[in-house]
Amino acid sequence: MSRSMFARNPSVLVFLAILGLFTLGVTLMSEWAGSEIVSTSFVKTLGKTLCLALVAVAMDLVWGYAGILSLGHFAFFGLGGYMIGMWLMYERTHGIVASSLAEATIPPTESEIAGAIGNQIFGVVGSSEFPAIWAFADSLALQLLFVVLVPGLFAFVFGWLAFRSRVTGVYLSILTQAMTLALALYLFQNDSGLRGNNGLSGLQNLPGLDHVPQSSISIWFFWASAGALALGYAFSAWIVSGKFGSVIRGIRDNESRVRFLGYPVEAYKLFVFTVTAMIAGIAGALYYPQAGIINPAEVAPIASIYLAVWVAIGGRGRLYGAVIGAAFVSLVSSWFTGGQAPDVNLGFYTIRWVDWWLVLLGLSFVAVTLLAPKGIGGLLDHWTGRLAPDRHGADLGPDSGSLREAEAEQ
Amino acid sequence: MTSLLEVSGVSVSFDGFKAINNLSFAIGDTELRAIIGPNGAGKTTFMDIVTGRTRPDKGRVLWGEANISLLGLSEARIAREGIGRKFQKPTVFEDQTVLENLLLALRNARGPFQVLFYRPTLEDLDRVQGLAGEIGLTGALDRKSGELSHGQKQWLEIGMLLAQEPRLLLVDEPAAGMTPAEREHTTALLVEAAKSRAVVVIEHDMDFVRRLGCKVTVLHEGAVLAEGSLDHVTANRKVIDVYLGR
Amino acid sequence: MKQFLLAAHMLLVSTVATLAETGPVQAILQEQGDLIVKSSRKTIGPAIEAVATSGLPEAQAVLQAWQVKNIWMRKSDGLFFLGERIDSKTYRLIDFDSGDTVGEYPKRALKNIKPNSGIRALIGTALVQFQLLDPDPDRRMEALDAIERAPDASLLAPLRNSIDGEGDAGIRARKMRIERLLTIAHGTGVDERVAAIEGMSTDLGVDVRAALNPLTRTRVMAFAGEIPDELNVARRLSPGSDDLPREEAYALLVATDLAPALVGRDAIREALVAGLEDNAAGGVQAGELGTDEARMRAYGMLAKAGTVPALVTDAEIDAALDAHVFAAVYAETSPAVTAAAESALARIANRVGLSQGADLALDALSLASIYFLAAIGLAITFGVMGVINMAHGEFIMMGAYTGYVVQQFIPHHAVSILVAVPLAFAVTFCAGVAMERLVIRWLYNRPLETLLATFGISIALQQLAKNIFGTQARPLTSPSWLDGAWVINDVISISHIRIAIFVLALIFLGIFLFIMHRTRLGLETRAVTQNRRMAAAMGIDPDRVNMLTFGLGSGIAGIAGVAIGLYAKVTSDLGADYIVQSFMTVVVGGVGNIWGTLLGATGIGFLQKGIEWFNPSNTLAAQTYMIIFIIVVFIQLRPQGIIPLKGRAAGD
Repeated sequence: MSRSMFARNPSVLVFLAILGLFTLGVTLMSEWAGSEIVSTSFVKTLGKTLCLALVAVAMDLVWGYAGILSLGHFAFFGLGGYMIGMWLMYERTHGIVASSLAEATIPPTESEIAGAIGNQIFGVVGSSEFPAIWAFADSLALQLLFVVLVPGLFAFVFGWLAFRSRVTGVYLSILTQAMTLALALYLFQNDSGLRGNNGLSGLQNLPGLDHVPQSSISIWFFWASAGALALGYAFSAWIVSGKFGSVIRGIRDNESRVRFLGYPVEAYKLFVFTVTAMIAGIAGALYYPQAGIINPAEVAPIASIYLAVWVAIGGRGRLYGAVIGAAFVSLVSSWFTGGQAPDVNLGFYTIRWVDWWLVLLGLSFVAVTLLAPKGIGGLLDHWTGRLAPDRHGADLGPDSGSLREAEAEQ
Repeated sequence: MTSLLEVSGVSVSFDGFKAINNLSFAIGDTELRAIIGPNGAGKTTFMDIVTGRTRPDKGRVLWGEANISLLGLSEARIAREGIGRKFQKPTVFEDQTVLENLLLALRNARGPFQVLFYRPTLEDLDRVQGLAGEIGLTGALDRKSGELSHGQKQWLEIGMLLAQEPRLLLVDEPAAGMTPAEREHTTALLVEAAKSRAVVVIEHDMDFVRRLGCKVTVLHEGAVLAEGSLDHVTANRKVIDVYLGR
Repeated sequence: MKQFLLAAHMLLVSTVATLAETGPVQAILQEQGDLIVKSSRKTIGPAIEAVATSGLPEAQAVLQAWQVKNIWMRKSDGLFFLGERIDSKTYRLIDFDSGDTVGEYPKRALKNIKPNSGIRALIGTALVQFQLLDPDPDRRMEALDAIERAPDASLLAPLRNSIDGEGDAGIRARKMRIERLLTIAHGTGVDERVAAIEGMSTDLGVDVRAALNPLTRTRVMAFAGEIPDELNVARRLSPGSDDLPREEAYALLVATDLAPALVGRDAIREALVAGLEDNAAGGVQAGELGTDEARMRAYGMLAKAGTVPALVTDAEIDAALDAHVFAAVYAETSPAVTAAAESALARIANRVGLSQGADLALDALSLASIYFLAAIGLAITFGVMGVINMAHGEFIMMGAYTGYVVQQFIPHHAVSILVAVPLAFAVTFCAGVAMERLVIRWLYNRPLETLLATFGISIALQQLAKNIFGTQARPLTSPSWLDGAWVINDVISISHIRIAIFVLALIFLGIFLFIMHRTRLGLETRAVTQNRRMAAAMGIDPDRVNMLTFGLGSGIAGIAGVAIGLYAKVTSDLGADYIVQSFMTVVVGGVGNIWGTLLGATGIGFLQKGIEWFNPSNTLAAQTYMIIFIIVVFIQLRPQGIIPLKGRAAGD
């Protein structure tokens, strides 16, 4: 226990080294560096994948370590995206409007500019007034703060309500799913103030940087995503390595026992839930400028379930598993759905992967759950020799929801 | 005698079934007490009430010199007040090492932020070493507790209880499933612990209770049937009728 | 030669016609000939009137011919005939009075009487009185439809005249009702109209409100002095109140030329742009005109110079508002009528409110039935077995598609539905059993992983359905006896399908209770639920029970799918749309209790409809608020559901 975090978790250093090498490699092969190997659009895909890996780390923290199967963390991811998207959209429209009005015979007033921006942004939802939530959209610093604070506050309020009532297990999962659905439905409305189902668009263009080519912007965001993932990973590893990690794993395995040891379980859950929501918000804020558009469909409950799928496929309860799962599934998914995967001709029927990928994903997910509950990360155990303790067939924890040894060994 | 814990007139019912019926109970500062009774006598429910897991329908539960009411406090708060509980089934954190289990239980600040920045001091590690010696797990500190034998898990749990440094220990059937030698050891641990704190042991096994050599409370249908030395209560006609005689 | 012959022929025919005695219709037409030929909407009235009131049996035929542009005037003598087209150049003329063919004429010898649309409408109105008395009841109903479409004062008298002779009781009632409505709008005396209004004041019909509303319509007017006595004032308004904001009041003054117009920001900017001289306006450089303050200053200078109208100050606005009186004035001039209409509308509004409440309750009940149907299968699998089945929605979808496929083979709708229901049960039962055998039984006691595995099945099934049936919605047509609706009054109605779904929900409740409490399977299921090991020791095969229970829950989902498919379109997302609500139904109701599910479905159905009622324009918002409301209330008050498990087990 007195040893440093890295000494106890050599995997953190290994991970950071691999991430660094990967970043360096992609940078050197990118169009930015003058190479043709990795296209700008693929740099964006990789950058987005790193963001997804970051939110998967957050999900692993809350599910794999604290045992809270949240079906709402992609909503926090989306909220982070919306917060940064508001600034991007406002500033960019501001620039366009100001330059077009500057050609008028007399200079425009502040209110004229604001009115024109409002018209540009909210014209699609039949409005030109700025909703109150856009009050700080002109301030990058405040919106960056909101990227963390808004998902954090949202998670805090929800978590406070849910945890203090001791809602646990599948009930909690369903409630988080309902919360996500409510948020998505809210955002779908035109009068939500966030452009309804049009969402926020044009986010790939940084205000004031119109002269910078996308190849540079994409590599900047790639670096930022890699940096955020590195920091997020190290931070998460630090959280779970010490006594705090011990407590939350204890909560996962036997909540009431931890309570009888005198730990305020609800506070710990709330802490983890809120902090991971903040990490998810940061990941979203980096993701959506690379994606270029965010709309309420991104926040829909299905996205959060996919997040759980990634973590499960990668192997929960280990941070690198979450990263592997998110990267693997999202890259394979874009390979299949992008039409790059070759069709399979069965003679009587041709399998087009664009149509059949989801079927394959769904079934392979069932297979992973049944046959390899530790996910891809579990394969590494054979290599590192980290084997499960012999529990003589008992539960891994006394909770009826926990894994049994017999199953864990499969 | 001033008592550490005083339970008076407590009743609780589940779906009309009176699990505890007007129960009164008190224990002093350094005292070893055994509670016996047939199945369904309300032994575990009694513990649930004291530790805050179950809210009684009526009655008082007072604690310590300041006579704080434990009713309405959360389980965690009651545990921090100094009441430790050992469950019937050994519940240690199987996925964690013996060291981690003991550190988790060690009497330290329990808030999330304090825990987040907590690093074990030398003093803490010494204490853990000492406890490990007491429960005979010195060599197993780095082993996952899930790998321990049943008896070792029971001891680890007792060790965790001692690490909490509670003023009152509630122990539910500590000797269940133990070999005679292990029982011997457990008895010694409990008797030793009771020298500095109050210990309440729930037990079925008369031999084990006899070895503890302490005052005994007999529960029946949620109320105290008899109280006194083991010989005294085993001579009681009512006790024989409802419990021993069967 | 040929022309000569034709001319001679014409001469001959016209002579014959002139010589023949003109009939009474022709006489009237000749009397009004000038007006008819002139064909002006302003002057045609007496001509139509003359024909319509002539009392001649042929009057209706003449008007009809006139309306459809079939009257032709012979140029040679100005007589009017019914024209029948032979070819593009030749017409056969028929005499109105006798019905005899007069002869065939080249088109150029004739003049077609072409009434414009205004005149045709007038003719149509005149025709209505004939149709009202037409022996064919359908024609009489058509005439009433025409009156309802265009309630015209002139129709009142013919309508009243037609009531006494009406033989058909239904048509007579309708005639009387329309007569009342016409009287409200167009009655001659105030007393008559007030009586009609009061007579209709308990009627919920939309037509009654449509007749009353124009009477209570007001217009805000501004007066420089006192309000003229002849106006029917609804109420006085003070500017600055909620009814009449200050800006609106002033805009009214401007609109009626009682005050000078305000100069808005846009007007200021335009005036400044127009007033730019040497890159400066009003002495302010153009580059400095980027603030409101500078613009006002520059505009002030321009106004002083007299090139633009002066700005209106706040004080001037106040003064103008103070100098005038504002009032809402009825368009209807009779105070007695407006008062009666207001009170009748208020009474109707009360009754409509009550009826809407009842209608809302019916809607909520049918929504609750749908949720109950969708959730009852879940209540079995989740509630009884503790298995989260995220693919439950897809079982619903599967049932709906089964219904669709059956209809492809059995075109008769009623039969196809009767076949589809058991088939859907069979299909989803098998799917459920297969899923239980292959996946779920390996995951008992690991609810979170069951959730994720069944989710995998859910996305696979959804995509599979898309691949097979495509993304567009497939129709599942209900039998004709399920079309239509049960209409109680103009406000309360409920479609037959919804009633059928409600009945179906009740049937399922009965079946569920029967299976659980009266059959061996139910007994075994309850035993396995309560203590699996003990049940196994008693000789019950828990695997078999779980399999059958799961199949039962899935099968019911399939039947629910057929029911839901009947009123919603069948798509691959059908199940996903219901899954969250279904889960909430089960969770809110409390696990393991069918009555809880019933309560949960009812609560959610009523809640959703109730919120929609407060915010009818936005069902998205209604759903959002409902979900938030349920989350907050549920986790605060009843974290274990409405009917929770009790006892020591609940704490674990």
